[in-house]
Amino acid sequence: MSELTPVLTARWGMPDSWRLETYRRDGGYQALAKALTMEPSALVDEIKASGLRGRGGAGFPAGMKWSFLPKPDGGPRYLVVNADESEPGTCKDVPLMMADPHLLVEGIAITAYAIGCDHAFVYLRGEVVHAYRRLMGAVEEAKAAGLLGQDILGSGWGLELTVHAGAGAYICGEETALLESLEGKRGQPRLKPPFPAVAGLYARPTVVNNVETIASVPGIVARGVEWFTAMGTERSKGHGIFSLSGHVTRPGQYEAPFGITLRELLTMAGGIRAGHELKFWTPGGSSTPLFTAEHLDVPLDYEQVAAAGSMLGTRAIQIFDDTTCVVRATARWMEFYAHESCGKCTPCREGTMWLWGTVLAIQEGRGKPEDLDILADIPASIVGKAFCPLGDGAPSALTSSMRYFRSEYEDHIHLGGCPFDPAASILLEEVAL
Amino acid sequence: MTYDAQVAERLEAEFAEIQARYPQPRSALLPMLHLVQSVDGYVSPDGIELCAMSLGLTPAEVSAVATFYTQFRRTPGGTYNLGVCTTALCAIMGGDAIFERLAQYLGIGDGGTTPDGLFTLERVECNAACDYAPVVMANWEFFDCQTPTSATALVDGLRAGQDVAPTRGPVRLRTFTEVARTLAGFDDGLAGEGPSAGAPSLAGRDVARDQGWQAPAADQRGRKGAR
Repeated sequence: MSELTPVLTARWGMPDSWRLETYRRDGGYQALAKALTMEPSALVDEIKASGLRGRGGAGFPAGMKWSFLPKPDGGPRYLVVNADESEPGTCKDVPLMMADPHLLVEGIAITAYAIGCDHAFVYLRGEVVHAYRRLMGAVEEAKAAGLLGQDILGSGWGLELTVHAGAGAYICGEETALLESLEGKRGQPRLKPPFPAVAGLYARPTVVNNVETIASVPGIVARGVEWFTAMGTERSKGHGIFSLSGHVTRPGQYEAPFGITLRELLTMAGGIRAGHELKFWTPGGSSTPLFTAEHLDVPLDYEQVAAAGSMLGTRAIQIFDDTTCVVRATARWMEFYAHESCGKCTPCREGTMWLWGTVLAIQEGRGKPEDLDILADIPASIVGKAFCPLGDGAPSALTSSMRYFRSEYEDHIHLGGCPFDPAASILLEEVAL
Repeated sequence: MTYDAQVAERLEAEFAEIQARYPQPRSALLPMLHLVQSVDGYVSPDGIELCAMSLGLTPAEVSAVATFYTQFRRTPGGTYNLGVCTTALCAIMGGDAIFERLAQYLGIGDGGTTPDGLFTLERVECNAACDYAPVVMANWEFFDCQTPTSATALVDGLRAGQDVAPTRGPVRLRTFTEVARTLAGFDDGLAGEGPSAGAPSLAGRDVARDQGWQAPAADQRGRKGAR
């Protein structure tokens, strides 16, 4: 039985949890003080040894990413934190930045020191203004306390931190689109290579990491690699936030070692909504193939979720019970990708429109039997042919839902309508005034 | 350009302030456009021209950027931007019903603005608060765990000029233009207001507390929580 391991979430809910004073009282910024006594290369080695993998979905080892930067040439090197949290189902970084922004600021300072960067950025999605206030407030407090700015803690090293609000575009969660956007352009992805490590922001060496990744760094530096690797599985080390949403008794954020199962998480969260059964769920957001009740015991780490046919993604577990029409959910996800496709490449721009239109027609009772053949074909025209991962992930819910629930698509076509009552899926009771 | 000299002068000074945050001035364009919205309520032709002049770009280049992002309005809108999340999870948990009720209540559709200029209604995509579904974003503040009735009550409160508090945000909801200025990076002094976190954010922490679970101690070599 796995137990929860609050590390990133430990201070959430404390009075004034977002203030420097609260953070310092709990040991905050001691990891930075320790890091500044170390060689930067030793810090990179430590993060490599911890096995910390990127928490933004792809799971690339963070220390390895840092070590890909070319040798210093005297010019600037940048750290850009990806706080564009937009993958449907993903809701962990925003509460982290609202409750404990100094944890992120400390992680940024340590990481920037490790990679030889003196100007870092947080690219925050613009639609969460209170998270922006809390981050800006933390930066001001840290500056005033000598934890950012020039000569940090008397080390002679300095760091400027700019918190930047985006303006609404899912694609900016893709790292090269994010960099384009941070340069004041349309957020469209760049061709890779060159990777950001070589030519990132302003064509300079750049590390782009997710909020949760960077927020995990102070813990590793302060408590050690062995502490971190004592949690998790063989190749998915450490703690991570698992976000439960939907038809579950107590939705929310559950921080646990990698390898916990949904069955265990559901026990902690009070189970599926009373009187109902689990029908399908996303292990890591809407870009990861759906799972069903047969996957309740899959250990949630990168390898074992992949072996079971999906992806761990951002551990954004969206839970739907037996009242839910999977065709309706899929139609809405397809609309999301059609809306968010940046339009740069044809397979994604056109393919997502076709997916949406075809699934919507079926859901609304306008579908024809041959539509199922079209839906079986289109993903092959997008996946692997799109310019960036948005297209690759777009058909996931469709392909997997047709695998597990094909008869539901057929029913919609034969009945000429949706057999489900949407009112039965609504979560919250209407309170009469 | 129809900005009066004073407004143009202030905007230019603040554009320069924003640009100073970045190694290259063009990085300031998104916050500059937020700032334009804080003056005009949308990305106006004048605002586009002023941004272009400030950065040495053409108005077409600025428009190309402004039209890419959903938070930038192309036409004037309401004092309160009501965004109902209708991505799959929120939609199914009640977002569709909330949107329908609000559309009926306000007499406008997706993207519409009420004749009194008070409300713009939008369907928005996932806003990173799925554990609080269904969610309504009013001027980009969280109104969590909504129902059609709570959403129309929000409208009633704002219409009556009452102070309305987001679930996780400042104690009083600000206007669209005020929030746009914050998004341009100008401190509004409200960071200290509102809770640390809402109940769902704390769900796991509460279970751990009840069970006496915590992360391993720094010096522990055991395999707690390992599988």
